Amino acid sequence: MKIALPVDEKNIDTTVCPSFGRAPYFLIYDTESNDYLFYDNQAASSQGGAGIKAAQSLLDNQVSFLLTPRCGENAAQVLNTGGVKLYKTISESAMENINAFNDGKLLLLNEIHPGFHRRGGAGSI
Amino acid sequence: MKIAVLSGKGGTGKTLVAVNLAAVAGQALYLDCDVEEPNGHLFFKPTDVKVKDTVIKIPSVDDGLCTGCRICVDFCQFNALAYIIDHLQIFDQICHSCGGCALLCPEKAIVEKNKIIGHIEAGISGKVSVRSGFLNTGEASGVPIIRDLLDSVDLDQQKLVFIDCPPGSACIVMESIRDVDYCLLVAEPTIFGVHNLNLVYNLVKLFNKPFGVILNKCLAGEENPAEKFCLEKKIPILGRIAFDAELGTINSDADIAARVSKKYQEQFTSLLTKVLMEAENEAVISS
Amino acid sequence: MKQLLVLSGKGGTGKTTVASAFIRLSEARAFADCDVDAPNLHLVMEQRAKAEKSDYYGLPKAELNPELCTQCSLCIEHCRFDALISGREFKIDPYACEGCGVCEAICPVKAISLKPAVAGELILYRNGGKVFSTAQLKMGSGTTGMLVSEVKKQMKEAAGDTSFAIIDGSPGIGCPVIASLSGVDLVLIVTEPSVSGISDMERIIQTAANFHTSIAVCTNKHDTNLANSIRIEDYCRQNDLFFAGQIPFDPLAVKAVNCGKTIVDLDCPSGRAVKGIYNKVMALLLADEGGAA
Repeated sequence: MKIALPVDEKNIDTTVCPSFGRAPYFLIYDTESNDYLFYDNQAASSQGGAGIKAAQSLLDNQVSFLLTPRCGENAAQVLNTGGVKLYKTISESAMENINAFNDGKLLLLNEIHPGFHRRGGAGSI
Repeated sequence: MKIAVLSGKGGTGKTLVAVNLAAVAGQALYLDCDVEEPNGHLFFKPTDVKVKDTVIKIPSVDDGLCTGCRICVDFCQFNALAYIIDHLQIFDQICHSCGGCALLCPEKAIVEKNKIIGHIEAGISGKVSVRSGFLNTGEASGVPIIRDLLDSVDLDQQKLVFIDCPPGSACIVMESIRDVDYCLLVAEPTIFGVHNLNLVYNLVKLFNKPFGVILNKCLAGEENPAEKFCLEKKIPILGRIAFDAELGTINSDADIAARVSKKYQEQFTSLLTKVLMEAENEAVISS
Repeated sequence: MKQLLVLSGKGGTGKTTVASAFIRLSEARAFADCDVDAPNLHLVMEQRAKAEKSDYYGLPKAELNPELCTQCSLCIEHCRFDALISGREFKIDPYACEGCGVCEAICPVKAISLKPAVAGELILYRNGGKVFSTAQLKMGSGTTGMLVSEVKKQMKEAAGDTSFAIIDGSPGIGCPVIASLSGVDLVLIVTEPSVSGISDMERIIQTAANFHTSIAVCTNKHDTNLANSIRIEDYCRQNDLFFAGQIPFDPLAVKAVNCGKTIVDLDCPSGRAVKGIYNKVMALLLADEGGAA
């Protein structure tokens, strides 16, 4: 099973990036083989729709779970439609979150924030 | 004669000047291009109002024709498209309506549909034709509404047009002044006002528009940084409106000063004469 | 770090005057000016620190090579933004170009390509542990939202350990305002008692409400129209918005600002009034769970 995290650096001791759409890199960790890789987030320098592009890249990498501190509504829509489950990170360390996920200690991410370009999610006035 | 009224800084008196000059001009057209926060209609209270929606084109996909080739996803500079499993997802609010995805789709699976982003209203107030643009809250850009507003009437057939511009100097302001003959800059005597006046001064110069300044909220006996700026840059000062609590109150009640007070009717009439003389002079020089 | 954003809807109501007073009173260690089109905050913040500037690249713009161009006009036909101009030599209007790439894709001879374009300048002032983030958008640029996000990001990255940041916003309800609202905990709307001011206030409240932030309102120059001032208070009560107080019209405020000072740098009626508003708003901002709206 592949899990993804938005991260600040390309090494396994890295911290989790507070932004999903504009994180510099993504870490993809295979929970069965314990193999992992990093790739550059092409969406980071986008003018707009960064979350959408970043989410697309996760789908293209066959990721099943995303561990992130926050996620915008457009990215969440792409991920949910693509069957990716979102979990909320609990610390700044990528490895701590991966271990917590494996131990079943992480909770689903429920607070999805509105995109930069439009009115916010469900229940707008 | 098409005259734009702009200021750079908000709250300096653009609408006060544009509305009152239109009101004393006899037959005139007033266009409110400040589509994010339009105010002119609050003063004119136009009647016989006709409304027209402004639409932009947003793509929509026929899943039956789509093969998932992703040419559109890779093309979109704004990341408004995502291909998820077996379906193209389109994000309306991110889309800039360039039409590229529909154009490039090899299967012709994308067609464009209309999305309403706002509307324009046209009405009458005395001898003034009043047209205002309204951007719906949550929409990012009012440029298409300004375009609609400027296209809604043949401006060259109008004797006199006053265009009330948005604050700032970004693309919405540029769109508003694109075809005008003369720019009237309204300045207030604060360093904020001068800083922003400098921005629109550069803007109107860039667009090669003749321009002049009206100094508003002038305090007698006080140094006026805006006046100083105009003198330094040799910008013609066409008039001075004194700071006046009475004018402030009339304005804050959304009354047109030139219509409710003889004093202001005279002041704005004389200001209009000055502005038209200057604008017509400039038109002769540049033709 | 909690974020307080000062907005108004209508221009000229006193956003920067109030924001600068708050920054001075709170001795804020992180603050920003998100009015990237016409920034003013630096004029009253007595910035002696050297400005750290960096280019901000907005949308790429199309560039046309006239030597390759065969004047087939396909680009003109398909440009939605009137950015292609025909003539002896075809040209691209950089102010109209939105960087969509349609002309580049459609040109049969590859005469057009998208190139990065500088759309403004990010500016950061660092002064003894305080950071002030601002920017200047290049005239006519359209990508204000992204630059606003960069200003906030620059502030967050440069700010040390501090519990709150104060952000001076821009007028209007469009892209730059929407971008500034993201991630904000409390919005303070500064309005004025005029029909225009109230109308604009309603539109900005609608815009801000969609972001589920808490909203507080204060009335500046309230004594210029007492009847309208009461209307504003009533509106807040009916819509469950926190009314933080009012500030009288004060000629000394203009004097202070013109000397590059905030209204709390001298003793004046507006300065005294803003202190009361400041106490209430900051209490709301720093309360746990964002306080009650």
